[in-house]
Amino acid sequence: MARPNGCLSPFRRKHPYKRADAKQAHHLDIGYWTLDIGYFHRVFMHTVILGNGVSGITAARHIRKESDHQITVVSDESEYFFSRTALMYVYMGHMRAQDLKPYEDWFWEKNRINLVRARVQGIDFAAKTLHAEDGRAIPYDKLLLATGSVSNKFGWPGQDLAGVRGLYHWQDLEQMEKYSAGLQRAVIVGGGLIGIEMAEMFHSRHIPVSFLVREKSFWSSVIPPEESAMINRHIREHGIDLRLETELKEILPDEQGRCRAVVTSRGEEISCGFVGLTAGVRPNVDFLKNTGLDINRGILVNEYLETNIPDVYAAGDCAEMRQPRPGRKPIEAVWYTGRMMGEVIARNICGSPLAYDPGFWFNSAKFLDIEYQVYGDVPAKLPEHQATIYWEHSSGKKSIRLNYDRQTGAVTGFNLMGIRYRQEVCEKWLRDGTTIETVLQHLGLANFDPEFYPEHESELIDLYNRQTGKSLSLKQKRGLAGVLRFLVSE
Amino acid sequence: MQNASLSLSNPAPMMTTGRQKLALAISGVGILLLLMVWAAGKALAPVPTSLAALVLITAGIALFIREEYVARPEGIKNNGIWFRSLTARGVWGWLTGVVITGFYVSLYWFPQYLTGLIQLFDPLSQVLRGRASDQWFVYGVLYTGAVLLMGAKFLYKYRHNPYQRIRTWSVMLFQLGFSFLIPGLLMRLQQPEIYFTYWWPLSYYQGTPMAHEGYSGSSLGTFFFFFGLAMFFIGTPVLTYFFGKRWYCSWVCGCGGLAETAGDPFRHLSDKSLKAWKIERWMIYSVLVFVVLMTLLLWANVATGRSILQGISEPFYKTYSFLIGSAFSGVVGVGFYPLMGSRVWCRFGCPMAAWLGIWQKTKSKFRITTNGGQCISCGNCSSSCEMGIDVRAYAQKGQDIVRASCVGCGICSAVCPRGVLRLEGE
Repeated sequence: MARPNGCLSPFRRKHPYKRADAKQAHHLDIGYWTLDIGYFHRVFMHTVILGNGVSGITAARHIRKESDHQITVVSDESEYFFSRTALMYVYMGHMRAQDLKPYEDWFWEKNRINLVRARVQGIDFAAKTLHAEDGRAIPYDKLLLATGSVSNKFGWPGQDLAGVRGLYHWQDLEQMEKYSAGLQRAVIVGGGLIGIEMAEMFHSRHIPVSFLVREKSFWSSVIPPEESAMINRHIREHGIDLRLETELKEILPDEQGRCRAVVTSRGEEISCGFVGLTAGVRPNVDFLKNTGLDINRGILVNEYLETNIPDVYAAGDCAEMRQPRPGRKPIEAVWYTGRMMGEVIARNICGSPLAYDPGFWFNSAKFLDIEYQVYGDVPAKLPEHQATIYWEHSSGKKSIRLNYDRQTGAVTGFNLMGIRYRQEVCEKWLRDGTTIETVLQHLGLANFDPEFYPEHESELIDLYNRQTGKSLSLKQKRGLAGVLRFLVSE
Repeated sequence: MQNASLSLSNPAPMMTTGRQKLALAISGVGILLLLMVWAAGKALAPVPTSLAALVLITAGIALFIREEYVARPEGIKNNGIWFRSLTARGVWGWLTGVVITGFYVSLYWFPQYLTGLIQLFDPLSQVLRGRASDQWFVYGVLYTGAVLLMGAKFLYKYRHNPYQRIRTWSVMLFQLGFSFLIPGLLMRLQQPEIYFTYWWPLSYYQGTPMAHEGYSGSSLGTFFFFFGLAMFFIGTPVLTYFFGKRWYCSWVCGCGGLAETAGDPFRHLSDKSLKAWKIERWMIYSVLVFVVLMTLLLWANVATGRSILQGISEPFYKTYSFLIGSAFSGVVGVGFYPLMGSRVWCRFGCPMAAWLGIWQKTKSKFRITTNGGQCISCGNCSSSCEMGIDVRAYAQKGQDIVRASCVGCGICSAVCPRGVLRLEGE
């Protein structure tokens, strides 16, 4: 790993031409020499990161790239960083537990990132010390709180019974595994991304699943109705018992205190040996309440991801932006924002401040066999000032949706089901405010499906032509050469 | 998060339906017939026995395909690969490894123990080649059969993916045509037995003076000798420039063909560690150096009138032939599928792959691009890379993947749940 400039010695010879490069605040002129005060920060600073998820680990990696800080990562959940989003694949047998680790075990020592397994029960911000349950005290100079989320529970009767779990932590997976032996039916509560993952997991082991979704259609608070309907069909195609407009009323115990059935809002009783609670997550901050740290739903941070307490930062699922960027939510509990925040934190902790700017919204998921990607803003309900064009393949498993501004025609969002689009291309169109008709004619540039896959962009254009009476045609097919030309163009 | 399996209970029985078990039993009886003939050392009724084995194995696989793929929505089908004994280095995996390894040992060094199987396929050999069967014909039949039947399985497994479908048809047809039917027909026509898709240095004999002399009476043979050299010096750089090494390794080559079809259930067993990558680079380029030295020595021996170098070049050739040609590419290359994954030979040994890899790494338009920041570091790509490339290490950084070893099978892209990877060759 590259060492930062100036790390080997605090003294640097003045460079006669490049004075502007030097960070003035961190340099002191002493005659011919410049004393790099930042050096002492970089070498003697002890940064402690609480949480070894993607935010904490990204921060640790980037702090190491930019400094010689002592870095300690504290986690109760697991010894090593793993990809939380891939837990399902271990249960389904696609991968082993160790395959979830993005870095080999030697990586941490080699990069001098000290991993500590401990459960922190309190933080003394005045004394700058973390206190672990086992009595250990961990002092810090800078602290990053990256504690992630916990699964929501809404006070359902029976929600704490044995065999009732969310899916977020490694331990949740262990519990799922434990209760899967001989399981006759699982009930999943909550029609979102984790809910459908959990349904797919049980389904992969031929365990019947009843999937309770409060809304009229799966994930209909986030994706538009047509896409949502597509996923409803697909869930049922797999033989999963999808029950829309159905809520959990209570969970019934057996004599051993394990769940034996749920009662739904429709008064039905479904017997089951496991209940998956997947009605979203909330920041994992309960142990930090009443410590002087400003907490609303999450830990409140400014655009530099600083909390109200000096030298304490927060990132990832547990952080709540005091002033989110326009169109963005104060808490965005997704992998990508967690990773971006980790990078920003590293800059801020190492003394080259950077405001958190996540850019255009993007996300992706996979609903059983149907992949989903979104770039830009594609809300569930189309706003007044926006228009949309939606094309769906005859198989009912692929679709393309483009949203654009009614007035200016500028494209505002891309929603893809079963088709892959290139992020850089979509973002350039969004950034440039390119009009829908220009985008349509060059839409092949965005196509990221593998070779030999059919290209459906011209079908979308035909649809647009029919709807508007225009006669546009596709000018650009899929291919890297065109993309590279496009990306460097003005 | 330790090495122990997650499972407290073995979920595999739950994941295998009754019909799948029936399918495995039917195929199992067919394979048992072959094993019995192998063990008995003679085949009493070759035609009905071989037909029965073929029908049973095919029927079992067909039923398995129906139950596992056709009856379910199309998509990625990797459920339980780390739970099943056969595909997770369990008892069945080891047993299969031992049996295949044993078959190869017998094939190369103890063909007398294959008499039963040689008799079994004698009628077919007479029909195709117009001559008696031998152990290499047995090998060709079983090899081609495995590529075709398991290829059919693969076609259904990835029926949603046109790249995989077309690529698999390609390896199946190259194996059937160029590595089975055409060489057989050439023999029937009293021509040399030529495998048009194997050239020096993979087919190390093809570049030797012995091959040149052996072809001397045949214009087809002489053509092939120079065609092979042209493919090495001109064809490989040019084709690899445009398509990457996949034009050969995962579309044409028979070793690749077997790996991509019969070896597919074992692809995740390849070692993804940095250490394995280091070993790989040492080994594969050493074999390339070895084969070049061996061939140069043989030609130098001819040039010097087979005098001073005779005593060195001959043993050198024999050592290569034993260590690399037989033990590595055959015995270990296929026998270790269920233990080290389907591309052990291609990754650690094949000199042709080394040569293709040099061009792919340095002078090729082929690469795997990553889609912005969409990677979630899940590891499905790395896990399913048969060449042991830690694809995730690149994808999560948003880097293009340009690796000498990548055979362009495209499975990393297929299994990616977030649409991050794309094979690009402009």
